[in-house]
Amino acid sequence: MVSYISTELPLIMIKNVIYKYPNGTAALKDINLNLYGGELVGIMGKNGAGKTTLIRTLNGLIRPTQGDIYINNTNIKTTTIATLSKKVGLIFQNASHQLFANTVEDEIKFSLKSFNLNKEESQTRTNKILRQFNLEKYKDRSPLNLSGGESKKLAIASIFCRNPDILVFDEPTLGQDAREIEFFLSLIQKERKNDKTIIIITHNIEFAFEHIPRTILMADGKIIADGPTQKVLNGEELIEKASLVLPQSRQLSLALQMNGFQNTDTLFSKSDVTEYLIQFIKNNSRSV
Amino acid sequence: MDLIRFENFFYRYKGNEEYALNNINLRIEKNDNFVLLCGETGSGKTTLIRCMNGLIPQFYSGFYKGKVFINEINTVETSVANLSTEVGIVFQNPENQLITMSVEHEIAFGLENLGIPQKKIAQKIEESASLTEIEHILDKAPFELSGGEQQRVAIASILVLEPKLLILDEPTALLDPKMAKKIINLLKEIQLERKITILISEHRLDLLLPFADQMILMKDGGVIEINSLEKVINGDNFQKLNLNKPVIYSIFMKLREENLFEGRIPHSIPDAIKILKKI
Repeated sequence: MVSYISTELPLIMIKNVIYKYPNGTAALKDINLNLYGGELVGIMGKNGAGKTTLIRTLNGLIRPTQGDIYINNTNIKTTTIATLSKKVGLIFQNASHQLFANTVEDEIKFSLKSFNLNKEESQTRTNKILRQFNLEKYKDRSPLNLSGGESKKLAIASIFCRNPDILVFDEPTLGQDAREIEFFLSLIQKERKNDKTIIIITHNIEFAFEHIPRTILMADGKIIADGPTQKVLNGEELIEKASLVLPQSRQLSLALQMNGFQNTDTLFSKSDVTEYLIQFIKNNSRSV
Repeated sequence: MDLIRFENFFYRYKGNEEYALNNINLRIEKNDNFVLLCGETGSGKTTLIRCMNGLIPQFYSGFYKGKVFINEINTVETSVANLSTEVGIVFQNPENQLITMSVEHEIAFGLENLGIPQKKIAQKIEESASLTEIEHILDKAPFELSGGEQQRVAIASILVLEPKLLILDEPTALLDPKMAKKIINLLKEIQLERKITILISEHRLDLLLPFADQMILMKDGGVIEINSLEKVINGDNFQKLNLNKPVIYSIFMKLREENLFEGRIPHSIPDAIKILKKI
């Protein structure tokens, strides 16, 4: 198993966690995991592998049947969901599942409610976050009347305004176009600099391969690999087990190799392949 | 003859001031193509699809101008039920369209409503289930199934009606990459075997480009281009739109920028190799 080890003190420690549904089926089977401050981690795997169940244990939506989870060295068994939700912000795959206020502005204000801010402070923070997410023009609109991309933005904004240490996203790039993915990327990069831990469940191999440094692969309720993304997503056996496909840059480098192109076995990322082809064409400068 | 024709069509949803579709003029001939519908989020793709089986304007409240014809049938002059043998739509989340307690009944549902005899129904279920590889789960409840299985049941329940046009709105969005690939392969086989037109709206272009014959590009509620796959991906409109372009597209565009390549952009890995071998 590809593993990920660090000597730092983890922000999240998951120890021997098992979760069984009431009918006895195990969705999580002995999960052990350490996640650190400032990390950007991807969780990938087949539908039904246990990814969403795992992240739901982090903010107490699901309590493990066995095992322990520590956040900032505190066992969350004794922590209420209300307290946990200030530390762990979870953004669901379907944004409409977490939006319920009458207007976009009220959605943010509701999210800030548990901080006991006075009216003025609440309004200032609401305005700031609406501006940051470019949602000011929709402030009086019902969240139900937003497009898919906009409602996803609002769901993220309603969690960001609470400033949690840990941000967990379930399929954030789903249904998003290139510009929205770029916006999301700049957002999480900024949060990482503030030492936030960011966990992303995704099926988007290309996104993970290019932007997420560490990836955890899950299959059948277990972690089957944990390590640098470009290493984890390069193992054909692991890819098969996790029901993924190789990133296109890697598919191209393997196809080049199979077709007799020299020195292509170390090409992984888009930039590796691009650089190789630039040199290749320059060295074979017949007109193209 | 046109399979799909929009004539000066405008539509806005009730309560919204902006038009979701703004003067659409679109013609897709009856040529059994695999058509890819692309556009940035909010460009009107789903709204356009909802017009193709009469859901707009018959079920969604809003205001419209212009006409839509499917197989020369005006979509406001016939019921959605009658249109179901002309056009079948599979939406992103199959859960929303699976309503019965068993897969077999789910597939039979549309046929029963059309008054098809039981014997014929059984035969058609067998054919559709075999094509979508779900014979082994016919007695299961749709909610017990995995996302990939549910999506295949949704496709089977539409295919059984033998529509001439099969439309899928982001059919692989909720699926893992391997299952997504399997579903797209299956759709291509169905298109070739049944000789039907398939229109897919998708963000996963790396997965879809190798299969498409034709592409429609949408922007701000309008259709800005409809052409062969090769022409579209080599054109300016495709380049300018904020779409999730495949990695091989970005690589070859970079080669173009560096003045190292002037040829056409490949649509798949084998196509890329073919081009590179000529260098």
